[in-house]
Amino acid sequence: MKLDRFWLGVAIIIVAGFVFTKSFDNEFYFFTTYVVLQGVIIAVAWNMLGGFTGYVNFGSAGFFAVGVYTSVALHKAFGLPLPVLVLASGIISALLGLAAGYLTLRLKGIYFAIATLAVALMLETVASNWEYVGGAAGTYVLQPKESSIFDNYTELLFMLMLLIAIAATAVSRYLSSSRLGQGLSAIRDDELAAECAGVPTLKLKLISATTMGFFMGAAGAPFPFFIAFVDPLSAFALLITVNSIAMPMIGGTAVWYGPVIGALILGAVQEVTTVTISSEINLLVVGVVLVLFITLAPKGLVGLVHDYMAKRRADG
Amino acid sequence: MFSAELLLNSVVAGLMLGSFYAAVALGLAITFGQLDIVNIAHPTFVIFGSYVAYIVNENFGFDPVLIGVVFVPVFYLLGMLLYQVYYACFERTGQESLSGLAFFFGLMFIVEVLLILVYGVDYRLVEAPYIGKTWHLGYIDFPLRMAVPAVVSFVMTGLVVLFMSRTFMGKAIQAVSQDRLALQLMGADPIKVKRIALGIGIATAAVAGALLIIIQPVEPSVGRLYIGRVFAIVVLGGMGSIPGMFVAALLIGVVESFIATFYGPSWAPAVGYGILLLTLAIRPQGLFGRA
Repeated sequence: MKLDRFWLGVAIIIVAGFVFTKSFDNEFYFFTTYVVLQGVIIAVAWNMLGGFTGYVNFGSAGFFAVGVYTSVALHKAFGLPLPVLVLASGIISALLGLAAGYLTLRLKGIYFAIATLAVALMLETVASNWEYVGGAAGTYVLQPKESSIFDNYTELLFMLMLLIAIAATAVSRYLSSSRLGQGLSAIRDDELAAECAGVPTLKLKLISATTMGFFMGAAGAPFPFFIAFVDPLSAFALLITVNSIAMPMIGGTAVWYGPVIGALILGAVQEVTTVTISSEINLLVVGVVLVLFITLAPKGLVGLVHDYMAKRRADG
Repeated sequence: MFSAELLLNSVVAGLMLGSFYAAVALGLAITFGQLDIVNIAHPTFVIFGSYVAYIVNENFGFDPVLIGVVFVPVFYLLGMLLYQVYYACFERTGQESLSGLAFFFGLMFIVEVLLILVYGVDYRLVEAPYIGKTWHLGYIDFPLRMAVPAVVSFVMTGLVVLFMSRTFMGKAIQAVSQDRLALQLMGADPIKVKRIALGIGIATAAVAGALLIIIQPVEPSVGRLYIGRVFAIVVLGGMGSIPGMFVAALLIGVVESFIATFYGPSWAPAVGYGILLLTLAIRPQGLFGRA
């Protein structure tokens, strides 16, 4: 019954997204919603490992950028169509997640966090020195002149991001509600006890890390066509990493819809502050909100609402 | 192209650079290595120290090293305050792993953005009589801009090592993450010990920041370059060991200097991360760590 409701919601969202592209012409709306959706994908992906198992990925921007640069390179070399680029970027980034996980997920969580950070910064150095994809100076990527059912290319990109976001959310929901998800939360609560109880902890963590990598890479693939100019600064933006952590933390990391809520709210707030005030203030807001939530409401908005409802029920 | 003179100079430059790196990594060697507090914001506190040195130097013309030393007590208090927050929010509730990390990450972000908001992204520098001078010893150059920070860092690291090995508090800091209960039986309050240790860790950032801005002009995001580097140094040095950390810092300094001399400076930042990843994959207990 619950399953049906979820997929019904998905169908409604897809139709609504399609109607949205047909009823508005102003490209600005699609720019804004694209950025918010990108946040949703990355937050949901981060939560698959960070929220469900407690292993913090500090290099989200690195995984995202791998997707961006895979897309740029394959587009330049073979001119592959966008869906193929998304898939390829996802796979390369997934392999990166698997490799980073294989090397460090057997150690304490902090080593995985540092390793992901190191991977991201090292890849940034590599990208800065890789002339084929623009090096440190960056490169222009032209939107292909394809005719499609959409009025402009940004609408097509928006619809693509919507589909990726839904796919990521569905996978995340599956991860958290299945038997696999029970294993993951056992890891988060007490890894040693989980291991002793026969939970294949390393295998589960690797599955999570790989899936996380896949969706972060997939989120990066359309980015060059969206932004039209790619350089290491925009692809490895610190804001992506911070958002990937802040959004799930704000929404709530324990449930699959937590990061979606966090991403939608924080993403919308960011778009508004960037446009109305400045992008520096926007960064400051993210940092402050993140720290406030971690210290005062560690279970996020979802946790706050749950606590409130429980209290109301207790009060009668 | 390849000459003994170039090689020798590259080694010396690397050693001086490495000695300076030790100053930046010292605070982390204490907080991360001995307290298990993953202060990922440490390089940003160092940058904060650089800005303090810049502001005082710009207005009063004092020597940057002197400014760094004078501000040690201020940073020490800041560190103690930080520990109180950290303890109240995370350690007491046992959530330090995930939330504590994200907390320091957010803190790093806030400090960096505040610096950008107030001072912009322009590079800032300090003035001192020795910046720009170079001593020559045979074929080897000693630019004082590098040599002074290297010596100051060596002295500071030495003082901390002495403190850790000679005083009761120093030994208590080393013991606190190993055996909390035994420490309490010895009559030391673990929370107070940790508070002082984090205070010392942050206090080193005042000096390290002053040294950094002597070596190179500083802007707020420079700190990020140091995250991988200092974690590499601390992990490679075997976490808790400060002398081990110093050797690791020298090693990374020399390797970076080699890469910059023989392959080009744009690859140098990758060295720290590469070494860090290799260490984590092959020998996570570091070169000198307890296995």
